[in-house]
Amino acid sequence: MKVAVLRFPGTNCEFDTQYAFEKLGYATELVWHKETTLPSDINLVVIPGGFSYGDYLRSGSIARFSPIMRAVVNFANKGGKVLGICNGFQILTEVGLLPGALKRNSNLHFISKMQRIRVENNDNAFLNRCEKDEVLQIPIAHADGNYYIDPTGLSDLEENGQILVRYCDANGKSMDVNGSIGSIAGICNKEKNVFGLMPHPERALDKILGSDDGIKMLKGFDS
Amino acid sequence: MRAIVNVYLKNGVLDPQGKATHHALESLEFKGIKDVRIGKQIVLELDHSDSEQARKDVEEMCDSLLANTVIEDYTVEIVA
Repeated sequence: MKVAVLRFPGTNCEFDTQYAFEKLGYATELVWHKETTLPSDINLVVIPGGFSYGDYLRSGSIARFSPIMRAVVNFANKGGKVLGICNGFQILTEVGLLPGALKRNSNLHFISKMQRIRVENNDNAFLNRCEKDEVLQIPIAHADGNYYIDPTGLSDLEENGQILVRYCDANGKSMDVNGSIGSIAGICNKEKNVFGLMPHPERALDKILGSDDGIKMLKGFDS
Repeated sequence: MRAIVNVYLKNGVLDPQGKATHHALESLEFKGIKDVRIGKQIVLELDHSDSEQARKDVEEMCDSLLANTVIEDYTVEIVA
């Protein structure tokens, strides 16, 4: 498997993301936002976390107009797999590949901590190595993670099995972390080839650093 | 010609900044505040001479970049 990792001005998780996939044995290539094409032999595009364009105007709103994003939209529309982590998730909602939007956290704080999340659906190319209702420990670090979607959109997500993970407590019970509707931490599109989540699986690869639950998430794409 | 764009979260979309500011004003003992909403104002200086065309162009800018219409509404005021 080969992974393209995008890089915008202000991205800061590109090397962690590259390290994570390479540690798991996959080839990676960093792609600068001014490129107009993706490498031809890739299986996955990852939009990593950070603060593209300083989060000016709205998180992800300016990055979506970078030249590479047109190639990413084409890749996704042809069924190519795309994963957006944190700022990457915000960019995917801004560009319209994922429904809804991410607002300022309800307590207005930047929240940076280890967080439990519960797997809602695993019949997809991302979470197929996780069990349904499994509780994972994955770090979060964001100010704009308050997921919003209108009631119709929310019932569509639920009916189509598009909710990937929800924030939860140690018993797997949903809990409010940042104001997200339905404690939603990550979703996919209806076709299940575009994935976005606020938690950072690339930061959970070693037990000594708190959790290695990110491994089975990222490895899911290799199946 | 100048365009003044105001962007606000839609009615029904909870505004965390507005809510926090509302609480802060009440803790300062200001009375009679029903609601506080925080938005942003974007001021554009334009070359346009036709104000209808200016409005049309600015609305297009709002729909494509300046506002996220999933969660935000906007108003456009054209000042000659």
